[in-house]
Amino acid sequence: MNESVALPFWLELVTAALLLTGSLFALIGAIGLVRLKEYFQRMHPPALASTIGAWCVALASILYFSVLKQSPVLHAWLIPILLSITVPVTTLLLARAALFRKRTSGEDVPEEVSSGRDRGN
Amino acid sequence: MNRLFPAPLLSVALFVLWLLLNLSVSPGNLLLGALLGILAPILMAPLRPQHAHVRRPWVIAKLIGRVGLDVIHSNLQVARGVLRAGNTPPRSAFVHIPLDLRDAHGLAALSMITTVVPGTIWSELALDRSMLLLHVFDLDDEPAFIEHFKHTYERPLMEIFE
Repeated sequence: MNESVALPFWLELVTAALLLTGSLFALIGAIGLVRLKEYFQRMHPPALASTIGAWCVALASILYFSVLKQSPVLHAWLIPILLSITVPVTTLLLARAALFRKRTSGEDVPEEVSSGRDRGN
Repeated sequence: MNRLFPAPLLSVALFVLWLLLNLSVSPGNLLLGALLGILAPILMAPLRPQHAHVRRPWVIAKLIGRVGLDVIHSNLQVARGVLRAGNTPPRSAFVHIPLDLRDAHGLAALSMITTVVPGTIWSELALDRSMLLLHVFDLDDEPAFIEHFKHTYERPLMEIFE
């Protein structure tokens, strides 16, 4: 790669803006985790980092390297796709475990909605 | 044909994934990608005997676009809620949503959508799949929220999977 290639100013501007936006949302997500008090409320803010945060950083990477290499470099977009497939697994597990614990300790959470028979597939 | 490609869409997805990860379409990578696309679904098939039937690509594209916009909107809402949490705590609540969607793959897709949208968390599904318990970060109008949820997410998924 030729290091002396001058990148267009608009590219640096857009990349920086995307990176800053992504980091800002990730930071707000972290602040929310500290600031909010109730468990289920605190499950929401970290999703900021795994959605807009990851999207902006991936987009910045795609844009920057596509212009740098003069051809589409799209593999960074796999990160948001794979995140959106895997994050629900842990989130569901955490939510179910928290509900179970809060019910056993008699806290104010909704009754179990499970009714009828398991459909088994 | 069916024995060689138990899940054709998955085969194509794995093939594309391999080429994208390697950023090359050299013959070697084409061969490895094809091997992955053919072998992985065959090896996985016994673990998941039920097959997904996906229809209506146009509805899928519209749903993905819609979810993308909702994610951005919900991000701004949750960010605002976090920053204002000192003065006005968000009106978090559990919502019971009666479901009409029964297909296992459709429900899996629905759980992905609710988790990816930061304002909602999939909390519990009834065993007979008739009711969903959802935790909402900032709930304004419960009937309107349920109507929006069923209309924008559940109905397209029923068209795609059922």
